[in-house]
Amino acid sequence: MRREIPLAITFLVGMFMLVDFFVPHTRVSAVGEEMKQWGTIVIAASILLGIGNLIRVHSKKIARRNTGWGYSIVCLTVMSVMLWFGLWPGERLGPSPLVGTIAQGSYFNWMYMYMDVPLQSTMFSLLAFFIASAAYRAFRLRSPEASLLLIAAIIVMLGRVPLGQLMTKGLPEKATLPWLTEAIMTYPNMAAFRGILIGAALGVMATGLRIILGIERSYLGGEK
Amino acid sequence: MRTHSPLVGLALILALCAPVFGAEGETAPPAPGENAPPDPVTLLSARDYLDNNDNGDKIEVTWCLSADDGGGAGDVLEYRIRRSSGPGVAGEVVGTVPAGTTSFLDEGVEPGEAYYYDVAAFDGGSESAPAETGPVTGRRNFFQTSRLPVLVLAALFFAMVLTFTRLAQRGANLFVRRIPGLTAVEEAVGRATEMGRPVLYVPGIGEIDDIQTIASLTILSHVAKITAEYETPLIVPTARSVVMSAAEEVVKEAYAEAGHPDNYSPDNIRYLSDAQFAFAGAVSGIMLRERPAANLYLGAFWAESLLFAETGFETKAIQVAGTANVSQLPFFVTACDYTLIGEELYAASAYLSKEPKLLGSLKGSDWMKVVSIGIMVLGIVLSLFGVTGFAGWFFTQ
Repeated sequence: MRREIPLAITFLVGMFMLVDFFVPHTRVSAVGEEMKQWGTIVIAASILLGIGNLIRVHSKKIARRNTGWGYSIVCLTVMSVMLWFGLWPGERLGPSPLVGTIAQGSYFNWMYMYMDVPLQSTMFSLLAFFIASAAYRAFRLRSPEASLLLIAAIIVMLGRVPLGQLMTKGLPEKATLPWLTEAIMTYPNMAAFRGILIGAALGVMATGLRIILGIERSYLGGEK
Repeated sequence: MRTHSPLVGLALILALCAPVFGAEGETAPPAPGENAPPDPVTLLSARDYLDNNDNGDKIEVTWCLSADDGGGAGDVLEYRIRRSSGPGVAGEVVGTVPAGTTSFLDEGVEPGEAYYYDVAAFDGGSESAPAETGPVTGRRNFFQTSRLPVLVLAALFFAMVLTFTRLAQRGANLFVRRIPGLTAVEEAVGRATEMGRPVLYVPGIGEIDDIQTIASLTILSHVAKITAEYETPLIVPTARSVVMSAAEEVVKEAYAEAGHPDNYSPDNIRYLSDAQFAFAGAVSGIMLRERPAANLYLGAFWAESLLFAETGFETKAIQVAGTANVSQLPFFVTACDYTLIGEELYAASAYLSKEPKLLGSLKGSDWMKVVSIGIMVLGIVLSLFGVTGFAGWFFTQ
């Protein structure tokens, strides 16, 4: 029964959502909407599981003095501080509206805007360096395919900046870098892109069908 | 010239004074609303929206233009559409449309309720006598006809999958091409075992309702069995708490099935953060501190993909990646040793387990690809000859 009940729920919900896609009738769409809302609520409430896991893993790490346990202290401290300012009822701390709210001007909002957002932006900006190092390896002339990639990349990169336009200024239109760039992006690139998309879409449908029919069940933990 | 000048002067005076004296036939056109109300619209009718894609909450109203719209006084500015619950009852304006328009779609009706509509032409000052029609009722429809092509193709696809699944169950030998990325998974775990270092498995940052995440969890099950047999630690960082919970179950069951339930460590299935780059930073930290020898990135990835792959490259780990997010594939292809491209991610479960039922679904997908290519080629050829109906049939809403 431990396996059959989840499989039955998956089948019923999966079939219902399929029907919901094709039937606009209120009796179907209203239930579909309701179920989607349940899903959102369940997912939102599950954050407690994540917090529990975070506390358990890092507490053990600190207790055992594992490698990098100092970072665990920072992690738990920062999490506690954010929770305090986000959740603690303001009235207990006095009339200040700055605690227990996430509104603009609150401590929580200040920490989010001036600590969390810049940190995430920093991580994001590191991508520029990683792209440079990855591009260097990808464009090395190791094979005919890598050579093609290099040539295509040079054309596309130059074709998208003013320098590329200047370099081929005066040539017939179909010999200019912007035109070649557009041709590469529109035809070979788009063809490959769509081929992958169609394959992936069929893969999604096949996987969905396997899950709905209970053929695929390893996501439930084990196949038996 | 001199003899005509008094006549010209008189004509000018008369022309300037004409509006004052109300000279008929020589005045400028009257300002909107200054003359009689415009003629009413004709042939007014209202009916349930016929596209069959509504939920009974739409009624389409049509009419023929007022005689003063484009002809006659030519002063109609707009049409006002009113809806009421009974004949002769003053209705509320549910919409206005500019002159020259002959239809209006009322999208705010209650399904099953009877309504009356009147449409009046408006010239800026006065309305025409209203023309009324009704009763009309919005009916709920049971099928979205515009999605018929999806239904037909999905039914065909499902039939193929089920047919090949049945064939596989009966013992038919189904050939599946070698997928190097999946073959490399075992090699990667073996390498980690030899080096005495853990395996890192990242199931992407998608939610549990993302089919890529589900596909990743099925692969995780197979990977966990191999790591359980090899007694190699498996670290699974997650960005979603529901995914973490599912991953815990998957890995725990896999260790139990492999006969090594004691080797399962719940501390290795870790929730890190929902925030994309906080998660990326935390995973990079795990790579640098715990030095896994094999990194597997399988699931839905976005901008963090290259952060993972390049950090993993720096730590000299063997890396296998797979995603159906096409924009991230170039990064994985560049920085990882093996990459599962799009559909290969979904094929992984069948490929790794070799279970006939799963292989059958894989074969069904392949044949559907053949059908899709056939439809596209046929559509292109017909369109080249000016027959666009076939390609047009596949447009959906």
